[in-house]
Amino acid sequence: MPSLPPIRPEDEICAAKDVPSGAFDPRGEPEGGALFEYLLRLGDDSLVLGQRLGEWCGHAPSVEVDLSLANIALDLIGQATFFLEHAGAVEGTGRDGDALAFRRDVLDFRNCWLVEQPNGDFAQTMARQLLFSTWQKLLFGHLVASREPRIAAIAEKAVKEVTYHQALAAEWVIRLGDGTDESRRRMQDGLDWMWRFVPELFEMDALAAFMAERGLGADLAALRGDYDSAIRAVVEEATLTLPKDHRPILGGRRGHHSEHLGHLLAAMQFLPRTYPDAKW
Amino acid sequence: MVSGVVLVQDNSLRSSRAKLRGVGTESEQRPSTSLGTNESRIWQVLESVPDPEIPVISVVDLGIVRSVEADRVVITPTYTGCPAAQVIERDIRDALDAAGYRHVRIETALSPAWTTDWITPEGRDKLRAYGIAPPTRSEVECPQCGSAQTEEISRFGSTPCKSLWRCRDCAEPFDLFKCH
Repeated sequence: MPSLPPIRPEDEICAAKDVPSGAFDPRGEPEGGALFEYLLRLGDDSLVLGQRLGEWCGHAPSVEVDLSLANIALDLIGQATFFLEHAGAVEGTGRDGDALAFRRDVLDFRNCWLVEQPNGDFAQTMARQLLFSTWQKLLFGHLVASREPRIAAIAEKAVKEVTYHQALAAEWVIRLGDGTDESRRRMQDGLDWMWRFVPELFEMDALAAFMAERGLGADLAALRGDYDSAIRAVVEEATLTLPKDHRPILGGRRGHHSEHLGHLLAAMQFLPRTYPDAKW
Repeated sequence: MVSGVVLVQDNSLRSSRAKLRGVGTESEQRPSTSLGTNESRIWQVLESVPDPEIPVISVVDLGIVRSVEADRVVITPTYTGCPAAQVIERDIRDALDAAGYRHVRIETALSPAWTTDWITPEGRDKLRAYGIAPPTRSEVECPQCGSAQTEEISRFGSTPCKSLWRCRDCAEPFDLFKCH
């Protein structure tokens, strides 16, 4: 695992953080543009993690786990379909959910870094799932009250399923953490690796703030307290150690990704790109 | 004879409506006596459309038909990612077309979110007879022998809506339709 520089005060995430060139600027954007970008963030998180979990299909430690991971992947791809279809409708240029999923390149994806991380071993996959599903459950719990009716409806539907994802991941983290020496070591390694991608989940950049102020999106920073309590409770029951905070790794929301996303998209997109509009 | 048939239709319609009470749209809350013939016939058509993955129950039993009007049917998906959702819509389309309701459009509503509370009592009985334990908030009973000595094997079963259980008395594994 490469060592990272220690966290510094100036790395603290805040709305005033400088915006890379070409990023969303709320002053010059109509509300429709912001909504489109926000829907991409929601949809791409679900799409990319759904694709990642799909890689386990046929390879999981047992048939029951195989079914669980494939079913969670299905739920996530279902969420992505709703969010991206709506994004396409909001954009109004004729792109539908499939066009957004299969015909955008890496730089146009708005998912967080956590979901694009490779599966690693089963423990690392479960660490990622716990960290993501706990966050998504809190996020959707707030988006149920969004003033944007479609976001509210999707969140209301999905939060029931995400609650299940979170419970399943928590069970496995506890079972592996409080298990054998090897399962415990792997679970701790998985958690240590994935923990560095957590701060990005709570990043309130200009777009997130713009959406939250208008009651359309969630104030992510306000979710952090509940998140930390929920994660700490699972980690303690699993007799694991909560990792130290790393310097935040940011950029996914503005299209700056790790190398892993490109490989994932290559696998996901090659067929619809090679055979446009293929049906089966 | 004809009036007898109509009476039967009305009865079955009323029971379908009663099952949906409390969750509905404006059209559902109208008394069944004011329904147009078309609407009651459309309900009948829908009651003949099986769920593609659990073919013993109809889409009406499953509670996914939210309202029926003269020119539209509103359905809601069970799970966000349920792969059967598209098949269900196509099957409903085919059934409506075959019954002469080509002009009736199908709309999908996400809110209020589907819950297993909307599965009809008949639907629950059909699930049990098929070997799937119906959703329950109390103890899970084996659909084979009725024993409550049961345990969960896996949180997910063969479809997103089911989990895998085992009976400790008759030793049979079975699916549980999860409470949702």
